[in-house]
Amino acid sequence: MSTTVAAPALDKTRAEFYRGLLRDMLRIRRFEEKAAEAYALGKIGGFCHLYIGQEAVAVGSIAALRADDYIMCSYREHGHALARGMSARTVMAELFGKATGCSGGKGGSMHLFDASKGFLGGHAIVGAHIPLVTGAAFAIKYRDTEQVAVCYYGEAAVNNGAFHEALNMAALWKLPAIYLCENNRYGMGTALERASAIYDIAERACSYDMHAETVDGMDVLAVHDATVRAAQLAREKKLPTLLEVRTYRFMGHSMSDPIHGHYRTREEVEEQRRKDPITGLFKRLESEALMSQADFDAMDKDITTECDDAVKFADESPEPEPSELHTDVYKA
Amino acid sequence: MPILTYRDALNQALREEMERDPDVFLMGEEVGVYQGAYKVSRGLLEAFGDRRVVDTPITELGFAGVGVGAAMVGLRPVVEFMTWNFALLAMDQLINSAAKMLYMSAGQVPIPIVFRGPGGAALQLGAQHSQAFESWYAHVPGLKVAAPATPADAKGLLKAAIRDNNPVVFLEGEMLYNTKGEVPEGEHVVPLGSADIKRAGDQVTIVCHSKTVALAEKAAAQLAERHELSAEVVDLRTIRPLDTATILASVRKTNRCVVVEEGWPFCGVGAQVVDEIQREAFDHLDAPVLRVTGADVPMPYNRQLEKASKPSVERIIEAVKAVSYLD
Repeated sequence: MSTTVAAPALDKTRAEFYRGLLRDMLRIRRFEEKAAEAYALGKIGGFCHLYIGQEAVAVGSIAALRADDYIMCSYREHGHALARGMSARTVMAELFGKATGCSGGKGGSMHLFDASKGFLGGHAIVGAHIPLVTGAAFAIKYRDTEQVAVCYYGEAAVNNGAFHEALNMAALWKLPAIYLCENNRYGMGTALERASAIYDIAERACSYDMHAETVDGMDVLAVHDATVRAAQLAREKKLPTLLEVRTYRFMGHSMSDPIHGHYRTREEVEEQRRKDPITGLFKRLESEALMSQADFDAMDKDITTECDDAVKFADESPEPEPSELHTDVYKA
Repeated sequence: MPILTYRDALNQALREEMERDPDVFLMGEEVGVYQGAYKVSRGLLEAFGDRRVVDTPITELGFAGVGVGAAMVGLRPVVEFMTWNFALLAMDQLINSAAKMLYMSAGQVPIPIVFRGPGGAALQLGAQHSQAFESWYAHVPGLKVAAPATPADAKGLLKAAIRDNNPVVFLEGEMLYNTKGEVPEGEHVVPLGSADIKRAGDQVTIVCHSKTVALAEKAAAQLAERHELSAEVVDLRTIRPLDTATILASVRKTNRCVVVEEGWPFCGVGAQVVDEIQREAFDHLDAPVLRVTGADVPMPYNRQLEKASKPSVERIIEAVKAVSYLD
């Protein structure tokens, strides 16, 4: 059932759309660079898992969704929140643990929420949100709407029982879900081939008679188009899809993990960096005269201003009131 | 008033709530075609169809998560565990997902869900099928925990649990399903967090819940008959929120207390009750509070050993006599 579709050619009438994708990816990149700086300064606590290198996955797929679709992510979800249209201010403020953050400072980097955008969390137990997304897809079918529920998780989660249990039910009950595996090759420091008995994650879908595709996660357009196909299958036929999107994390697992060292070499990281999804799309746009270096620089400047503003906003925002400690434990 | 079994009272609550609210659905192993492993869901598939009465694979972690996910987007699932013993596989979804979602999202994502099924000590089912989980779940902020003792409370508490906007762990007594009692028809809702005085008395308080309520009532009757001792039986009905006010009012009146539960003693429900009493009613106590619990061992299969491990009328009477300084 697994297929691999070649990267689409550029359609010049869609230049604005492509530039939008580039902008969204660059926005995540600059935001994450600012987050890394703030973390080093002690402004952000706890764990902080950067998304640099994987931007094409969130941006390409979320661009293929409707505003009323549901999204759930793992703990590496700053990029998805931004791609979903959450403001840099509210996401950065959450990383800073401030009252103005998208989760009121109670969630942190791993628990970003904006229910009004169908953005239902970062979840920090590997694989545990895969059944949750299946539940959202169950609700969509129950209500007979044409929404889709999308789950983002790393390739390490596919060895987890939650993944198997959820995908089995989604296929059994024909639920409108997209299980988008961000295969960045490493579950923390353990390479895919050291953790999984099979290398091609998409093949796992055979167990559930589920449609699957393997997608180049460094090509935002390929990710977008694959998600369009999966969403169409979900909306029209209420069928789930497993998308294996092959990507790479340019940074360490978290801020405490060096970029290379015990489990991967400098050479490997440098080779992957040559496939940078942002540079890749820009070069294509430039070569077809859809964008100039000056355009890019102007875009970058705008984004940098937005991210600087987000850091300033987060820094100057108030801490949660002490009384917030005891709110939101129970709903009235 | 109609006399119903505990099982049929639960069935009535499910049926009425599913009729009242189209967002309520039942999901679990064997709830539909098989009519429920313990027949609590008998007739519901025929009444509501397989859209709302959903048979699941044997996959507790998975379907508990599906329930939580459906609740995240506004449905009101009732998830049945064939027994609470199997729910250990779903513990992550109950605690890390259901209990914490509202807090992590700063109030944006409530989880209106009921997890229900039989629990408590059974009869010769051995260590893995016979245990009480009240204190495990009651430990967790964000969860509510109910454990009804009578058919009327089973109906009223389940209706309240389904209408509650929070995750409710609903522990039915596996050995109570066939017990009978009067059950009010129609709108009978017992608020979560309200204990009930099952027998009034003024010389000693017996705090209990679920199956141990019947034991406490028998003990109280024998104490009155044989020792002229007036015991008040306080049925907690919900472990969390705990109705501390009712417990304390009773203890301030009787000055003596015994706490009974089927669970293990260490960090048990009784430990919490005793803590409340020693802090809030210390000056009213005429004796240390004693606890009657399940033995601190995995449940044995052998009938005599099993019997010895469980709270009994005799052990409750013994404890009451001890706090009353009798014999």
